[in-house]
Amino acid sequence: MFASFMINAWVVATIVAVIAGAVGFFVVLRGSAFPAHAIPNGAFAGAAGASLLGVNTLAGLGVFAVLAAVGIGVLGRRGRNDVVTALALVVMLALGAVFLSQTTQYEPEIFSLLFGEVLGVASNEILPVAVLGVVCIAAVLVLYRPLILSSVVPDIGESKGVSSQRMETAFLVVVALATAMTVPVVGALLIFSLMIGPPAAARSFTNRPSVAMVLSIAIALITVWTAIALSFVTNWPIGFFVGALCALSYGVGRAWATGRRARAPRLETVTTGLVQA
Amino acid sequence: MRWLFESGFFASHPVHVACLVGSIVAVVSGVVGVFTVMRGQSFAGHSLADVATAGGSGAFLVGISPLFGFVAGGVVGAGAMEAIGVRRARGRDLATGIVLGASIGLAALFLYLSTTESSTTGASQQILFGSIFSTVSSTVPVVAIFSVLCLGIMALVYRPLLLSSVSTDMAAARGVPVRVVALLYMVALALAVGLSSLAIGAILSTALLIGPAAIALRLTKRIGWAMMAASLSGVVAVLAGVLLAYDSYYWSPSHASWPVSFFIVVIVFLGYLATELPFVSTAVTRQRRPATSDASEAHR
Repeated sequence: MFASFMINAWVVATIVAVIAGAVGFFVVLRGSAFPAHAIPNGAFAGAAGASLLGVNTLAGLGVFAVLAAVGIGVLGRRGRNDVVTALALVVMLALGAVFLSQTTQYEPEIFSLLFGEVLGVASNEILPVAVLGVVCIAAVLVLYRPLILSSVVPDIGESKGVSSQRMETAFLVVVALATAMTVPVVGALLIFSLMIGPPAAARSFTNRPSVAMVLSIAIALITVWTAIALSFVTNWPIGFFVGALCALSYGVGRAWATGRRARAPRLETVTTGLVQA
Repeated sequence: MRWLFESGFFASHPVHVACLVGSIVAVVSGVVGVFTVMRGQSFAGHSLADVATAGGSGAFLVGISPLFGFVAGGVVGAGAMEAIGVRRARGRDLATGIVLGASIGLAALFLYLSTTESSTTGASQQILFGSIFSTVSSTVPVVAIFSVLCLGIMALVYRPLLLSSVSTDMAAARGVPVRVVALLYMVALALAVGLSSLAIGAILSTALLIGPAAIALRLTKRIGWAMMAASLSGVVAVLAGVLLAYDSYYWSPSHASWPVSFFIVVIVFLGYLATELPFVSTAVTRQRRPATSDASEAHR
């Protein structure tokens, strides 16, 4: 399991889990599960386009992911956010279908782009992932305060000069960056599960943002490591284990939250709720 | 007209089937989609396509008809989303995402297990993108039957659903069984989406569910009219898309046809962008009535 050809997989998966846990905290806080699903799928189309034109895959991924993010951010200002996201998603996928229809060399790679090929990571893929990872974490740290403010109490944020529209676009671009580098390694579908499951579980355990973020990263790490180990032993696709473990952690988190609510006396929850508000 | 309709378009059997199936799906998606957009459930509508796909690949693995896998997968997924169901929109999207992630994982496993036993290259591509041209004519009656079933459920829950989509509290106060109505609606949605993703692929399924309905709700705030407008614009998009895809075979010397899904999606998207134009939106605002405009505002 820790043979030399597996080392790259462990390193990359660890980086990916840290980023997904950190960015995912905001995805859950803002309830942006749909954009977090749409942007990686858009990036997938970018990879197909890049392969058709013979350009660097990472460039195609990045351009399409950022385009999708900005498109959702800009169009979402006037229209219904979920409608715009759905339309952006289908336009991206349709473009991907065109690219794929014009090339014949690409088919075997599709499965790995969607479901991940974490066990076949090459050494030269680590550096770009690490660099973009640092950029993402830096962006999360810079945006941390204003983003929390505009996610939780948008009105107060606006009054303090934090434009929620600009925050939305900035946040989506961070998701796009996190997506662009991770899609070729872990697949469009796996990164989505990681951005949703662990942070949602973490939020059930604690209300404090910083603790929740650290907890979210920790759960994401445990999920990915367990998934790699199980995938190595059973030879089943890693995406299955990640999806199942993320759903499991969410279920445990929900059960915990329900149990805590049942244990605590009614009045106390009401007053703490008032104090926090 | 020769420049528009390339030779053999009206005689081609796949074109007939594609137009027929596409139109049925567009009508059903238009009717169901108006409520999907109104209730802000686009994500669920899209996810059910992928969830149904997981059911389809599971059925493929155990050797039963994928059709029942698609329908069963969609209905079970819809039930799961509704069971976790959180009242607040943010939490609801999260629950949808968890169900989606888990079922995509399952799809990956099923595909892996079936491809190691019998080599089916391009299975994942087929499932993700599908093709309206590869629909066999034997699926037409099945699609029709399930469509009638879906429209029947919609007719049954129409009134209480409309009330609870505008205001859940008001509906509950009037004695509408809100959870049951929501669940029935999710089943109708699952049927519509499962069928369309089987017949025409997951991309088109979402495009025809959300796009025409969003366009229609921009043009009118009356639900009956919106349903008709959505169905009609969906059918127009499908027919025009099929025509363009058929013609695209002759566009390049290499005769590489462009996918139908691309044309239909582009037509739908351009239609949505057109409703953003200033004169369209002002025309609608002028005719909008205060009482009915609440319908879409309430669930922002």
